[in-house]
Amino acid sequence: MATNGYNVIGTRPIRHDGADKVTGRAIYGADIQLTGLLYGAILRSPHPHARIIKIDTSRAEALPGVKAVATAEDLPQAADKMADLGETIVNLRDASNNVLAYGKVLYKGHAIAGVAASNLHIAQEALELIDVEYEVLPHVTWVMDAMKEDAPILHEDMKTTSLGEETDKVSNIANHFQHKIGDPDQGFADADVVVEREFTTQTVHQGYIEPHNATAMWNEEDQLTVWTSTQGAFAVREQLTEILKLPVSKVKVVPLEIGGGFGGKISVYGDPVAAILSKKTGHPVKITMGRDEVFEGTGPTPASYIKVKIGATNDGKITAATTYMAYEAGAYPGSPVGAGAGCIFSPYDIANAQIDGYDVCVNKPKTNAYRAPGATNAALAPETVIDEICEIIGMDPLEFRLKNAAKEGSRRVDGPVHPRIGCVETTEAAKNSDHYNTALEKSDNGMLRGRGVASGYWFNFNGGKSAISVSVNGDGTINMLEGSTDIGGSRASISMQLAETIGLKATDINPKIVDTDSIGYTDVTGGSRTTFGTGYAAHATGQALIHEMKARASKLWDVPADAIDYTDGVFCYKDDKEKRGTFKEIAKQAGDTGGPIVAQVSTQPDGSGGGAFATHICDVEVDPETGKVDVLRYTAVQDVGTAIHPSYVEGQIQGGVVQGIGWGLNEEYVYNDDGMMTNASFLDYRMPTTLDTPMVETILVEVPNVAHPYGVRGVGEVPIVPPPAALANAIYAATGQRIRDLPMSPPRVQAAIAKNAG
Amino acid sequence: MATIYIPSLMRDLTDGQEIILVDGKTMRQIMTNLEKAYPGFRKRLMDEDSNRIKPNIAVMLDGRNANRSLLDKVMDASEIHFLPAISGG
Repeated sequence: MATNGYNVIGTRPIRHDGADKVTGRAIYGADIQLTGLLYGAILRSPHPHARIIKIDTSRAEALPGVKAVATAEDLPQAADKMADLGETIVNLRDASNNVLAYGKVLYKGHAIAGVAASNLHIAQEALELIDVEYEVLPHVTWVMDAMKEDAPILHEDMKTTSLGEETDKVSNIANHFQHKIGDPDQGFADADVVVEREFTTQTVHQGYIEPHNATAMWNEEDQLTVWTSTQGAFAVREQLTEILKLPVSKVKVVPLEIGGGFGGKISVYGDPVAAILSKKTGHPVKITMGRDEVFEGTGPTPASYIKVKIGATNDGKITAATTYMAYEAGAYPGSPVGAGAGCIFSPYDIANAQIDGYDVCVNKPKTNAYRAPGATNAALAPETVIDEICEIIGMDPLEFRLKNAAKEGSRRVDGPVHPRIGCVETTEAAKNSDHYNTALEKSDNGMLRGRGVASGYWFNFNGGKSAISVSVNGDGTINMLEGSTDIGGSRASISMQLAETIGLKATDINPKIVDTDSIGYTDVTGGSRTTFGTGYAAHATGQALIHEMKARASKLWDVPADAIDYTDGVFCYKDDKEKRGTFKEIAKQAGDTGGPIVAQVSTQPDGSGGGAFATHICDVEVDPETGKVDVLRYTAVQDVGTAIHPSYVEGQIQGGVVQGIGWGLNEEYVYNDDGMMTNASFLDYRMPTTLDTPMVETILVEVPNVAHPYGVRGVGEVPIVPPPAALANAIYAATGQRIRDLPMSPPRVQAAIAKNAG
Repeated sequence: MATIYIPSLMRDLTDGQEIILVDGKTMRQIMTNLEKAYPGFRKRLMDEDSNRIKPNIAVMLDGRNANRSLLDKVMDASEIHFLPAISGG
């Protein structure tokens, strides 16, 4: 029994899929085996920028065991238009060209051709027999270089647009937008202190453990089935139908278990190639990426340049803020700079502000979503500038944040007004926390120690479209079908909301994630929407089920259905309390009351009810000799609406924090002067492990979301937003050095300390 | 009438006005009347093929995304914003 007035919500049942996952029985993409299966491999560009003059596949096709070779010539010509794939927007021509390059390669690792063979070794050998003639072109791999007048141009036909208005200028700048509120010039004139700083962040990868994979079977009736690891089976279906020009009814996508996604498993990569190879051979074809392909051929999150200027009064009130944000889109337009711009100042109530955002193409992989995409880059800048201002005016940084905190009715700089949110409550909880009120002990071995805080915001999406289908078994248990891929415990959180609604236990619900032929359209698991949006559908389905069960009870008791109450799992006729029965008792008699009991509902909630806020406290210890930073203690405070399954909420927060620590301290794509990534393996791309992080403490602040029947607020993304800024502030407190370039890796920290000492 | 906040880069269409009032009971009526009063918005905001809001534009109606349907109801006190569309992870 939960302590929040609910029976199921707030408890911590064992997850439905736990046993299969910890015993290795769960089926992932690489586990798929089909009769006649062929193995695919992808030829990738060795150049960051080159024109493809000629592709000769004849030698590869002649190799014994090779069954087919595919290039961009085998894909239908895609239209130059944008498609809305639920939570992701893609240009179809760009998406197709990213799957198999047409005309030009735009980054090292860009896919050029696919081979299907009787085994993987032959497929890989055949790649070396594909002859590609290139005209190597100058490349550019840093956003500020790509914006220069004389920069190499990636797309000769691309002109900068400004909110739908195309300019005449051919440029790598795909898009420029601006948000403005109040009078920033006057705001800065009213300030007692103004701080302006520049920041850079590097390309980082989501780092999911399971590589991308896809197995495709294109049968004789042009029916395509794809088994794949994805955050959204329907999003994959949409992309396949658009890229391959197939009717929607001809494509079935089967989502398998997913070994991490974090935004990176929404776009398709090998799926269309496997499909084309299957069409050519008449056999199923499986393509599984290697780790180097994941790094170099999928969608990391962008490097960025951000300049921020903030003015405040001596008593701690922000009077104005401006920012210039330039994000790398990668090879094709579509960085998350728009999202970063919407988040950068949103924890604060600022009357005068301006945001200019630039989406810029560079010769790197097309960026993709990564947990609160754009917001982590953005938060580093204002959260450290605020820290600097607090030091200048002598104010506690959390007191400063409280004084300026966004609340219901505060207008974001990008326009919309915050509804009921938990920014104030979150900051107060951080200020009152044990961590914040426990002094950081000095090191007794010469190490430097410091504490930093930072806040962050993420929108949370509207909830999107979700479908739930349930059937009541003869014993009163429920089989529940859903279309939301489970990347973080959502089987449990959705089941719990259904169980709460119909008065059963979570273990009475048997959740299944099914293919696109078996459930109504469901948007991707992303944008912190699933427990909110699909939970919303589960609640509505539960209500529909209760309605049907009342109808069944009315037949059993020969009384009007609208005279039957349902409370605490028991149906009861209002006028005769003897006529009563539990959910399971009524279900058992379904054969006498009309047959199987089912319900199916699709929903699209009217807004998300507001975004998520987090405030983090971080203690670090810095080795002055090596510059290595160890995190001693970390507390993440977050408004979670209502924690449906608190363990999974805590897990989401802890996971996001650890990813943020990696982003802040070590992770980066290292490029050489030739435009080549030099660290495309987990040996050289330094992600944190359990040995690098302390147990992350969490404080769940529950400000119920009024837009959801159970107060759910998306929790998965905002925890990655504050960590780099909190770390930067802690490192400053420890060393006296402000580091404004990520990652704050040992060489960079050591250099900063040495520079100060020198 | 609904209040429409015009992004700074679209104010060339409204003679520099930041906030304008437009009549309409649905988003479709708002878009039609906006184009009548200030020609040029349709080209920037609407996809001609699908006759829907461009996927890379987010229309925020009272704090929620109204791109999905131009049938969304608009109230006299409603607020409408045009923003770059975003995606999540």
